[in-house]
Amino acid sequence: MTVLAVAEHRQGELRDVSLEAVTAGRQLADDTGGDLHVAVISGDVDAFAETLAADAVDTVHKVDYGDEFNHDVYTQAVEQLYESVGASKLLIPNTVNGLDYAPAVTGRLDIPLVTDVVDFDANGQLTATREMYGGKVETELDVEGSEFAVTIRPTEWEPAEAGGGADVVDADVEIDESQIGSTVTGFEAAATGDVDLSESEFIVSIGRGIDEEDNLDLIEDLADTLGADLGASRPLVDNEWLPKNRQVGQSGKVVTPDVYIAIGISGAVQHVAGMKGADTIIAINTDPSAPIFDIADIGVVGDLFDVVPELIEEFEG
Amino acid sequence: MKVLVTVKEVAQPEDDFEIAGNQIQEKFLEYDLNEWDDYAVEEAVQLKEENDEVDEVVGVTIGPERSEETIRMALAKGVDRAVRVWDDPMEGGENLDAHSKAEVLAAVVEEEDPDLVFTGVQADDSSLGATGVALADLLGWQWAAVVNQFDYDLDSEVANLHRELEGGVEEVTEVEAPAVFTIQTGINEPRYASLRGIRQAQSKEIAVKNLDDVGVDASAVESRVTLQEMYEPESESDTEYIEGGAAEQAAGVAEVLRDKGVAE
Ligand SMILES: Cc1cc2nc3c(=O)[nH]c(=O)nc-3n(C[C@H](O)[C@H](O)[C@H](O)COP(=O)(O)OP(=O)(O)OC[C@H]3O[C@@H](n4cnc5c(N)ncnc54)[C@H](O)[C@@H]3O)c2cc1C
Repeated sequence: MTVLAVAEHRQGELRDVSLEAVTAGRQLADDTGGDLHVAVISGDVDAFAETLAADAVDTVHKVDYGDEFNHDVYTQAVEQLYESVGASKLLIPNTVNGLDYAPAVTGRLDIPLVTDVVDFDANGQLTATREMYGGKVETELDVEGSEFAVTIRPTEWEPAEAGGGADVVDADVEIDESQIGSTVTGFEAAATGDVDLSESEFIVSIGRGIDEEDNLDLIEDLADTLGADLGASRPLVDNEWLPKNRQVGQSGKVVTPDVYIAIGISGAVQHVAGMKGADTIIAINTDPSAPIFDIADIGVVGDLFDVVPELIEEFEG
Repeated sequence: MKVLVTVKEVAQPEDDFEIAGNQIQEKFLEYDLNEWDDYAVEEAVQLKEENDEVDEVVGVTIGPERSEETIRMALAKGVDRAVRVWDDPMEGGENLDAHSKAEVLAAVVEEEDPDLVFTGVQADDSSLGATGVALADLLGWQWAAVVNQFDYDLDSEVANLHRELEGGVEEVTEVEAPAVFTIQTGINEPRYASLRGIRQAQSKEIAVKNLDDVGVDASAVESRVTLQEMYEPESESDTEYIEGGAAEQAAGVAEVLRDKGVAE
């Protein structure tokens, strides 16, 4: 049962999730007793293939076409490779780009897709583990048939050791240019603003629990009193209550402070992706079942409007 | 020109909830319009307001009768009319097979024949994040996932847009219509429904259709993915809870902060 895993890169760099996909792909191949093939599509495929040729991999297939990700190219290449290597399992990173082609290619191959998988067991039928309701529950899903695709959540699998003895070959893939209906014309980076939270040692971060923009004064007061930098979850930035450089998470900053205080933040995976590297995580939340408590070192189940004023008092003395 | 927007009523568990079998018990669930769809609706309605050529914004939902309350919210915010698809084979828990959902939506798109479709990036409850792109490909249309800036040129029928990638980087892309766009939060400022809008929504049409009406075979809505188990995740950390009233909790946090040497 051959497994095809697809690597991901951006602006000349192989993304970390690619080597994690190798580890997960190996696990899937071992579960089902088959080979692991890896596809690397567009960009500097020679250099990427060298890194991806881990011992855990049987063959790396290079598709040398274009520079950056294009979903039409990926969809065509993956569909053809899946057929030509005789794959029956497909493994794709659960990233913004992964989700831009996985549903299309699985539609064309007519195989079921389970996204954002954090664990699986493919001895026999596939059982995939994934979250629902913003991480409040975990679920086990059974997938029908012997062919399927999963997209794997980044950082859930250890990265495989880079480089090794896998075969590297040029893929036999024909890209039909007339089927390319989108063009990437460039990239833009979000404005950096006045602070770079990725450098901060101490962050007080506020979420939707603050309820109203006017209430933000309270948290700004706390950050000032403690000498911490102010961070936030996405909804506050979406509402333009705080500038984009304050957003912590997948599409914002990845931060690694000594202490991160998450106030009124539920702990959605895209937020956690940006702050789980903090040394000490303190969570203040009214909801005892909020997922933020699953990763917090210190938990305070309480109302921020009661706890924060007391905390300010502690330090104003 | 016509724009179609998909909307979903999503369930959110209350703070304290209980699981029975493989579902959260109904009494602990609250229903609302999916957050991402709120932005998709706004994007569609704005496109109509800004361009005389856009005649109509049609909402589509897959959902039971209960979801009409939520659909009315979208109508109150400027969607002109809605189609709700539901049938007996769809009862009994959410279909977690994005392709099967896309199959139903595609049938409605083919009937309505819009130029553009807006969906949310994901639904807040199941978070599959796959239905919009699955729909586009099924139709043989173009698409873009996780769009956080959108500009459509009606003459050339090309969308100039930004896709929000990880780490604060945005991809600038041109996409040819007809196309499906999955809309990210923050792309616009969703309006509140005005009292007038809410009143008008009462007389707007919600056409209820079953699988036969839209021409989809019951076998297409048989999910290849079945929910076997649901449970509360185990904590990954040994969380130390600080008990007591607010003052005691604050004192406990203060002690930790002093201990770590980040505040005095
Ligand atoms: C592609 C993509 C990218 C994303 N990128 C990011 C990102 O970079 N960063 C990010 O943060 N999110 C991101 N998100 C959004 C993410 O999924 C969540 O929607 C978001 O993190 C929720 O923010 P929140 O925790 O503040 O709000 P909610 O989930 O609404 O949580 C609010 C919390 O406040 C608590 N609360 C309410 N009142 C009080 C009170 N009085 N006292 C104490 N607690 C209270 C509640 O119990 C709840 O837990 C992304 C989503 C997608 C799909």
